[in-house]
Amino acid sequence: MKSGFRNPTQDHPAIRIVLSAVAIVFIVLFLFMPLAVVFTEALGSGFAAARDAITEPDALSAIRLTLLTAAIAVPLNMVFGVCAAWAITKFDFPGKSILTTLIDLPFSVSPVVSGLVYVLVFGLQGWLGPWLREHDIKIIFALPGIVLATIFVTFPFVARELIPLMSDQGRDEEEAAVSLGASGLSTFLRVTLPNIKWALLYGVLLCNARAMGEFGAVSVVSGHIRGLTDTMPLHVEVLYNDYQYVGAFAVASLLALLALVTLTIKSLLEWRYADEIAATHRH
Amino acid sequence: MSSVTLPSRVARLRNPSALPGFGLTLGFTLFYLCAIVLLPLTALLIRPWTLGWDGFWHVIAQPRTLAALKLSFGASAIAAAINAVLGLIVAWVLTRYRIPGRRLVDALVDLPFALPTAVAGIALSSLYANNGWLGALAAQLGIKIAYTPIGVVIALIFIGLPFVVRTLQPVLADMSLESEEAAATLGASRTQTFFRVILPTLAPSLITGTAMAFARAVGEYGSVIFIAGNLPMVSEIAPLLIIIKLQEYDYAAAAAIGVVMLAISFMMLLALNALQSWASRR
Repeated sequence: MKSGFRNPTQDHPAIRIVLSAVAIVFIVLFLFMPLAVVFTEALGSGFAAARDAITEPDALSAIRLTLLTAAIAVPLNMVFGVCAAWAITKFDFPGKSILTTLIDLPFSVSPVVSGLVYVLVFGLQGWLGPWLREHDIKIIFALPGIVLATIFVTFPFVARELIPLMSDQGRDEEEAAVSLGASGLSTFLRVTLPNIKWALLYGVLLCNARAMGEFGAVSVVSGHIRGLTDTMPLHVEVLYNDYQYVGAFAVASLLALLALVTLTIKSLLEWRYADEIAATHRH
Repeated sequence: MSSVTLPSRVARLRNPSALPGFGLTLGFTLFYLCAIVLLPLTALLIRPWTLGWDGFWHVIAQPRTLAALKLSFGASAIAAAINAVLGLIVAWVLTRYRIPGRRLVDALVDLPFALPTAVAGIALSSLYANNGWLGALAAQLGIKIAYTPIGVVIALIFIGLPFVVRTLQPVLADMSLESEEAAATLGASRTQTFFRVILPTLAPSLITGTAMAFARAVGEYGSVIFIAGNLPMVSEIAPLLIIIKLQEYDYAAAAAIGVVMLAISFMMLLALNALQSWASRR
């Protein structure tokens, strides 16, 4: 029998072909085609139409709002992630594992519920609603609400990249620096940061991609005021529901490009700095 | 007083750290966690009870709410089951076979993580609409995908795919071939080896990945609402119903549905955790 010569840990050629075909068809149908359709629809009426859809005032305002939101939410979550990772990995204290679990909590909450919780606190009938109204402070249906919802859904990204890595690295190097007289800040900047910079970049990259692309949570708190509180994903929704498909897919293609750039940098980091990012430390 | 309690406190920290910044970083971490996550979530947990138990039950027991919850959890379970099978095949092919373009396919697996859900939603919707590339094909076979529960399942398969593949890949890569060789030496067929040796090894991570895909799918909104058509009682998912209640300024009802979703997800994750520890003990 021919198959007797086959390595026993290798599948029968027929099985290899069938499984590979199933995998490739699945990937093409579910991953490649949705991506392709975005660009095809965007450029279906020519490049000029797509460009006009991206440069009209409402689209530009959506792009500005998305960039502004990410510019506030991502640095805040980065500072939080570094602080949380420092406290959790460099010190022993009771309740540490509960804290680590709580940090991951936003990932298991529906995006819609993530927005809802802020409406319940800051909305007109929310906890602080009447007080905010008296003092004429707008949080829901305004920038602060959008930023808060974005922070919530991107909350764990940086921390969960740093915690496994920094806990593998231990604290010997930092303790040596401190015992030689380095201050806390310079220990962090000169000893810790070089060790974690690629993991930090990895976390920030994923955090940013989600911050710019978040839809459900932001949709709850934004109020959909065109040209004012519509982020790029919300603008895509408005155009699509308005049957302006070229415009919707043109703005969507910008977001798809962001996703492709994110995936490219992510793959490069995983390939080049595998040992220095958490993805390889988690399992 | 503090001089008395201090030694016992130090003794409790088994390995006291010589590094500075504990108070500052932990303080900020706790403040930020409470302000951003815990307090708002408390608001969610408290809100429905302003309705009283009867009011809460009235919201949940409405046929429209029940239908939405049934669709969200049912479609998520179907999508997670499909992802468990197809995700296992994709992970297997990507780690065991040398197919052309493997690196590209591997990078593409993360697309559902990176692509904004609204973009995925309109893309899937136009693909599977009756005049879309794939919808037209299905229509010829007499299957309507967009604006039906099938469309919901399609979107949830998309969103859950990377969880299964990414959880399985490192385990498959680390798995030694020796036990497979041993099984073959002892006369096991490849099929027997797969079901008796390979699958039990993969089971804990397969369950974890599937549970993560399921949990994500239950709460998913953006990629679903465009393809779902959102017909009440037919293709309306629970997160959308929350938004509808909010638009009617019925905050308590919105919170009630949110709390039920959280509670069911939480219980299912507990059950799956138990299942997982059972699978890894075997």
